[in-house]
Amino acid sequence: MTKNSSREPLFHITKRGATVWWKPLFIRAIAIVAGLFIGLCFAAAYTKVNPFKLLGYMFSGAFGTQKRIWNLLQDTALLLMVSIAIVPAFKMKFWNIGADGQTLVGCLASAVAIYYLYDKLPTWALLLVMLLFSLTAGMIWGVIPAIFKAKWNTNETLFTLMMNYVAIQLVSFVLLKWFPSGQNDFAKFFSRYGNMPKLGNPYVLILIFAVVLTVTMHFYLSKTKHGFEVSLVGESVNTSKYVGVNVKKVIIRTMILSGAICGFVGFALVAAKDHAITTTMVGGRGFTAIIVAWLAKFNPAYMALASLMVAFLSRGTSQILSQTGITNSALPNIVTALVFFFIIGCEFFITYSIKFRKKNKDATPANEPPAPETSEPAKEPSSPSSEEETPSLAEAPAEERTPAEEALPTEITEGGEEK
Amino acid sequence: MISFIAQSIRMSAAFLFGSTGEIITEKAGHLNLGIPGVMCMGAIGGAIGARLYVSSLADLSQISAFPAFVIPLLFCLIFASLMGILYSFLTVSLRANQNITGLAISTFGAGFATFVNNIIPKDGFKEIGYVYFKLFPSTEKLGGFGELFLSYGAMVYLAIIIAIAAALVLKKTRTGLHLRAVGESPATADATGINITGYRYTATIVGSAIAGMGGLFYFFDMNGGSWPYSDAISALGWLSIAIVIFSIWRPDLCILSSIIFGLLYRLQYFMASATLSQKTLIGMLPYVITIAVLIVTSIVGSKKAQPPASLGLNYFREER
Repeated sequence: MTKNSSREPLFHITKRGATVWWKPLFIRAIAIVAGLFIGLCFAAAYTKVNPFKLLGYMFSGAFGTQKRIWNLLQDTALLLMVSIAIVPAFKMKFWNIGADGQTLVGCLASAVAIYYLYDKLPTWALLLVMLLFSLTAGMIWGVIPAIFKAKWNTNETLFTLMMNYVAIQLVSFVLLKWFPSGQNDFAKFFSRYGNMPKLGNPYVLILIFAVVLTVTMHFYLSKTKHGFEVSLVGESVNTSKYVGVNVKKVIIRTMILSGAICGFVGFALVAAKDHAITTTMVGGRGFTAIIVAWLAKFNPAYMALASLMVAFLSRGTSQILSQTGITNSALPNIVTALVFFFIIGCEFFITYSIKFRKKNKDATPANEPPAPETSEPAKEPSSPSSEEETPSLAEAPAEERTPAEEALPTEITEGGEEK
Repeated sequence: MISFIAQSIRMSAAFLFGSTGEIITEKAGHLNLGIPGVMCMGAIGGAIGARLYVSSLADLSQISAFPAFVIPLLFCLIFASLMGILYSFLTVSLRANQNITGLAISTFGAGFATFVNNIIPKDGFKEIGYVYFKLFPSTEKLGGFGELFLSYGAMVYLAIIIAIAAALVLKKTRTGLHLRAVGESPATADATGINITGYRYTATIVGSAIAGMGGLFYFFDMNGGSWPYSDAISALGWLSIAIVIFSIWRPDLCILSSIIFGLLYRLQYFMASATLSQKTLIGMLPYVITIAVLIVTSIVGSKKAQPPASLGLNYFREER
């Protein structure tokens, strides 16, 4: 009687062992489809148009014409570049939420170069100065929090975040200095100065930048000593110190790199895309990039795919709006965020599996396959609401790798050989 | 000068709600970076409640104080709690990364608030704003004292009461002790039979509901019922998270630090003679000061001024 009364919980949660390679991808695909479906239902309730028709609009908005495809690719490339910029920082577990600000000061630096030097330099020299200014500005914005993190372990999440707002205020300050009337007529400079050359069409150059950056970063992180040190610091600061890595140097160096790439994106935004300077021109890419990089587990190829997905969602939803004649600029944000929620949630089902209680348990009381029975009575008095959370201790494979280890399967061994 | 201080104290309620809510959440070991989104949701929830109330009336002259105050507040609490539920489901039950989830909540909250704001009619919001703006009538007669202590709307007093109550609960009661145990060392708490999941869910949802009121307050009291842009509310949310560190995770100290941030935030409106460009520099101050505070607290770093030991870490019994 007592044996039967020790109930087995409705389900156990256990860690998955090694699974087939397609299973995580499959789970993620389901999550994306589900998120998109919910997002479409939301949009459908709002626009009163059949969701499948809306899906059609989305595809036409993203791939409908040649210009739309180029726009999509450009969005993808810009987002991907910001993601690439933050990857080294995040691999180091340095929560750089300030990519927005670092990019914005990059934009500002380019604009400053144009404003003061447009009539003094030939175009190629001006572009070079702009590039230099932007890289430096992004670098400075990135390295300030890093120095304090390295020296005093200052909370970098809030520090970088506050730097965003400082950057925004700085840009409005400079704009008001230049145009006291509040009329932002910066675009007039661009009729002649500081434009990147167009290779065929205005989109190609940014795409080339993105591809080169992605490949270089992949190489840097997976094949060089620097990249190995970054992963090592991210895994364990103490281990890094033990093997003689100068942690402070790595933090500062990595954030210089991260900030400089953000600054470069700022340069690309000013010189090759927007040809203007406003406080909102980065448009939250720094935040979206974090989610993109994290969900792609810092794998450049997946990051490109994730960026493409976000660009598709945002372009597609905009198309829904223009096609149904409704103006509500916030719909793309909502749909994107809904899809994010689903992808964030689905990670659980990739790492863990849920095993339900066997139904035929009452029929065969002597049969005791689920191992946790033994540990059950000890737990019973301490946690009365054990249905919710008692997992089985026995079913988790002991030599399981943690998700963090899985994220960087090769780097450590490769770099280790190098050392 | 007195009116400037009074305005700053009024402003501080937005920070106080946000940071008290975040402290309760963080004490349970969850770093909710979604507070900006939660505050946006609270504000827009209030707007939806206000809209429902106003549309149930024949005309605007029928607005009476009590329902005009309570109905938006109720909807604000519901919407903010929904975000809390979503956050805790993803982080507690599904063990998702807390920072990423928080950022997604922030994106969603700001987007949803802007979205609803674009479609909602705002008749009567000004009148509801008046209801929120002032609790005690005719305090002008009391001069400076009246202005400094009695001139505020009900939400300001509510914020202070909640902060004090939160401080007492955290410090003096068994519930508070358990909550702190969950945030400091969930494994130990689990061993003593404390329901970790329950505490973490409750703390996050209650914290979100409190933080959401900050958005509602800013919308109806501070801004008098005109929409202050999601970005502005988000900025308040981020500052609230910073205030938590400034107040070394103590709701009672939060009252003081919120007032300091209120002063900084209102400074650019006080300096009437400053040019527009100078005002942008003054507007930079709250953020620069926050950075300075972060640096100073990290350098000083006394033993008492530490975050809960397992802040940001999800608890999974098998991974002990």
